[in-house]
Amino acid sequence: MTMPMMHPKRKNPVLRTQQMNLPPGARGRVALGITTAAAEGRFELQTCADCGAVQYPPRETCHKCLSPRLNWREQGGEGLLLGSTTLHHSNDLFFRERLPWQLGLVHLDAGPTVMVHLHGEVGAAPARVRVGARLDRAGQAVLIGFPNEGSAHMADDKMLREMTSDPKFRKVLVTDGKTEVGQAIVRALVKAGADIVWVGHAEPWKKMGGLDDISALPQVTLVPLDLTNGRSVTELAGAIGGKVDIVINNAEVHRNFGIASRRGTDVAKAEMDINYFGLLRLAQEFGPALKGRSADGATNATAWVNLLSIYALSNFPPHGTFSASKAAAHSLAQCLRAEMRPAGIRVINLFPGPIDDEWNQQMPPPKLAPATLASAIVKALRDGVEDIYPGDVAEEWLERWRDNPKVLERELAHGGG
Amino acid sequence: MARQRLSYAGVAVAVPVTVPYVRYSTHSAHWFIGHAIDALVKASGVGKDQIDGLCLSSFSLAPDTAVGVTQHMGLSPRWLDHVPTGGASGVMCLRRAARAVQSGDADVVACVAADTNHIDSFRQTLGSFSNFARDATYPYGSGGPNSIFAFITANYMRSFGAKREDFGRIAVDQRSNALKNPNAMFKKPLTLDEYMAARPISDPIHLFDCVMPCAGAEAFLVMSQERARELGLPHAVIRGAIERHNAYSEDPVMVLGGWRVDRDDLYAQAGVRSADIDFVQTYDDYPVIAMMQFEDLGFCEKGEGPAFVRSHSLTCDGSFPSNTSGGQLSAGQAGAAGGFLGMTETLRQLTDTAGSRAVAHAHLGLVAGFGMVTYDRCLCTGAVILGRPA
Amino acid sequence: MTPTTNSELMSTAAILGGLVQALASNRIRVIDLTQTLTPEFPQIALPPEMGQCWPFRIEEVSKYDERGPSWYWNNFSCGEHTGTHFDAPIHWISGRNLANNSVDTIPVQHFVAPACVIDCTSEASANPDYLLTIADIERHEANHGRIPKGAWALMRTDWSKRHDPEAYQNFDETGQHTPGPGTEAVRFLVEQREVLGFGSEAIGTDAGQGYHLRPPYPCHYSMHGAGGYGLQCLTNLDLLPPTGAVLICPPLKIEKGSGSPLRVLALVGQDT
Repeated sequence: MTMPMMHPKRKNPVLRTQQMNLPPGARGRVALGITTAAAEGRFELQTCADCGAVQYPPRETCHKCLSPRLNWREQGGEGLLLGSTTLHHSNDLFFRERLPWQLGLVHLDAGPTVMVHLHGEVGAAPARVRVGARLDRAGQAVLIGFPNEGSAHMADDKMLREMTSDPKFRKVLVTDGKTEVGQAIVRALVKAGADIVWVGHAEPWKKMGGLDDISALPQVTLVPLDLTNGRSVTELAGAIGGKVDIVINNAEVHRNFGIASRRGTDVAKAEMDINYFGLLRLAQEFGPALKGRSADGATNATAWVNLLSIYALSNFPPHGTFSASKAAAHSLAQCLRAEMRPAGIRVINLFPGPIDDEWNQQMPPPKLAPATLASAIVKALRDGVEDIYPGDVAEEWLERWRDNPKVLERELAHGGG
Repeated sequence: MARQRLSYAGVAVAVPVTVPYVRYSTHSAHWFIGHAIDALVKASGVGKDQIDGLCLSSFSLAPDTAVGVTQHMGLSPRWLDHVPTGGASGVMCLRRAARAVQSGDADVVACVAADTNHIDSFRQTLGSFSNFARDATYPYGSGGPNSIFAFITANYMRSFGAKREDFGRIAVDQRSNALKNPNAMFKKPLTLDEYMAARPISDPIHLFDCVMPCAGAEAFLVMSQERARELGLPHAVIRGAIERHNAYSEDPVMVLGGWRVDRDDLYAQAGVRSADIDFVQTYDDYPVIAMMQFEDLGFCEKGEGPAFVRSHSLTCDGSFPSNTSGGQLSAGQAGAAGGFLGMTETLRQLTDTAGSRAVAHAHLGLVAGFGMVTYDRCLCTGAVILGRPA
Repeated sequence: MTPTTNSELMSTAAILGGLVQALASNRIRVIDLTQTLTPEFPQIALPPEMGQCWPFRIEEVSKYDERGPSWYWNNFSCGEHTGTHFDAPIHWISGRNLANNSVDTIPVQHFVAPACVIDCTSEASANPDYLLTIADIERHEANHGRIPKGAWALMRTDWSKRHDPEAYQNFDETGQHTPGPGTEAVRFLVEQREVLGFGSEAIGTDAGQGYHLRPPYPCHYSMHGAGGYGLQCLTNLDLLPPTGAVLICPPLKIEKGSGSPLRVLALVGQDT
């Protein structure tokens, strides 16, 4: 049974804040295939297209028949725990600081023998387990041995918490609380047990409704935040940056114009100023404090969430300038991911299809309800995944894009959205 | 039907050299290699320029290579090999050097295993040891092979009823041997209580199950028996030798060692049975592996290892002398030189230069090699039976 | 003894010299009627489908640091109608075809002009949608004299004392609620008094609900249609005399500009 996590005590302010030492982050190119799948919440291994043999560790040639045709396939991960050990010594700083640490050796039903981080609820060998893949603090996939039936508090396992960004007991900044999506995110975070949710709002003279409801929640504090105003971002970072554990950047400007449908660049500029430059300003101001606290106790700073769009992958011409601004934000989010990596901060990007809001009023269904999007964010934080494509439209577009991005470009150009 | 292999008749193995071990050194591996070659030259009467074959084993040459070493040492060999296979390198270097001498490709081959040990050598070696270690074990913080052998040990204990005390017997007896070895790093006796009470590393592996990494070198010469007699060098002969890599790869966890695959061939080459062996130098990176070598080299059946160690004494003067130098567990592991430790000690036993460690009636010695944990087990295994010249 | 007669007798050198002396001795003071340009100052907000006026934004280029070791400077951006600003006739459709109707072509002589301050403070504090009436103008003139041709008509409401941006904008679900001139009052100022322009402390020269008047935005429509100008987001009107102050308000010389943020200054004599 995992001990449910207790609310952590207040930190002693005279003590130095522990900094992050990453676990080993080197992986060969082929091995990054596991990371790719884990980033989306799947456990995949290579399977030989010719003889069917499952490969582990990842490689270039089938160990059975020498075929180079190895395809990544999702794995159920069922297997037998052959042995477990408790690490009491490690030369690696990450593990040294977190001893004792449980490891296991599992013989997968699919064939290979794998080394795993072992969940505390797994019994002594021999025992049936289920192996999954998670991203560790270095942002690389590692294999985890899970119990077949976990207790209600299994997410509080010390090892598993290092792989996830659970909002429970944490302090979160949501950059725009004036939209339905923002309010749904706030409610979902409160429900997930967040200690404090700072909710940003700009242009206080523009009343959108709904802000009063969420500001009534005891965990919620409204904070002025205008992502177009560098000073606003700087001042808020100065006030609360040192306490934020999770940043959720949902602020966006969304208009429905391509190139010819709106003269002038002011609308496109407004989209870029929040969707792209807003992210840049926010990352410059909140990034350093987030990184500095990434190993700060049980509720360390842990994640940065960006609300992007599936249109970031391939431009949706009716919302052409919006798509371009989300593509710019996506690229910058990749830069942010690289810069956050040394501190072990996870950058999570969401690529939803059309959300059921006023700017997508004329988009045909299916559209994503704000509450569904909010749930997807909380789930991503809990699962420790990196790239989420919530909703049917997003999943379908992703499939088409991965299959052949040029074909998707044509389909979207012909209005095949 | 396997082809009849060429025997090793006519090959002499001589001049065991140990460059004393130190825990840490600021020198590079080349310093230890240089000392070893110098000692070989001085002890053998063979001039440096007459060494025309070089077989090297080292993990700490980078960015240099065996080729670079020839220039560094001022050698001009006509036969050169680098066999950086750790614990199996003694056996593997000997097999290659012997064939070179037999074919006439070289007359005098210096086999040298050497490694330095800097303060953070251990961690740096781990990170880039192999693709599979980088991708599938290093990320788990296992601190080198400790956790891998913890799994193997735990599985073995569960499968065959071995107890920690059984492994302790190996550690304790080898420590007794080490006390008679002036080159051994450990100088104090070890009791079973101390072994049992030692702090856990990665359970069931505790402190005295692990070797101590250090810096040092081991070396020997391979030449024709004719040449050895000309030089007046006491020497041993090779009665048989085997080598196998990535054996039993289908086994989910190591239970069987690769020696098992070819051990009948080993004894057939030598024309002897396991009962004829007078002492055994196992590769003792962990006691469980030493125990497996007793089984897989034919001294008892699989699973009988615990009973074997309970009913035998492994000391130099015991019923089954094993790791008479103290083994790596008590002498220390100077990187790849750990793979040569059993070889030089066997040469000393067979040339009567083992001092107070001498095994009575030492005529046939078996040296086993085991090395290269690239993922979840050692991939290289090998064994050699050495004897006295006829 | 009228001021006009005196100045016709004096040489211009004496007039200007006297002005300089009066400024140096503080007999004539310079009053700042301008709000500071900061990112927090509200800008006019149109419905989201429309093009928007940029708010004031400022970003450091360097501050005695690695980006520029010995100097401090900024880049800024804003709209022509951000903060305390000037409206030219070309800003409105009714003034689009007039001659000299943009900030770069308005005769610069117009940028120094007398100002009349019509006090609607108590009415506006009781009613944020208060509209200036002809009666208000007549009451002002009864006390302070007729509004001269070519003078600024400034509507004092003390609205600038609303420092909270929400209160300054004063939006609710039906839109913005700020004071301004009524349709008839504007027409009176334009046709009967030929004023130079209209000035307000609020965010627009027209009332917040001006969209619902006929014509919509009557001050913009009629004032600019007649070649008149606008000033908004003024402050410190309570420091001006009801009449006699001289406004100095040159906008930036933007090619074909419809307006610009500017420094609005008033010369006020201590005798008045």
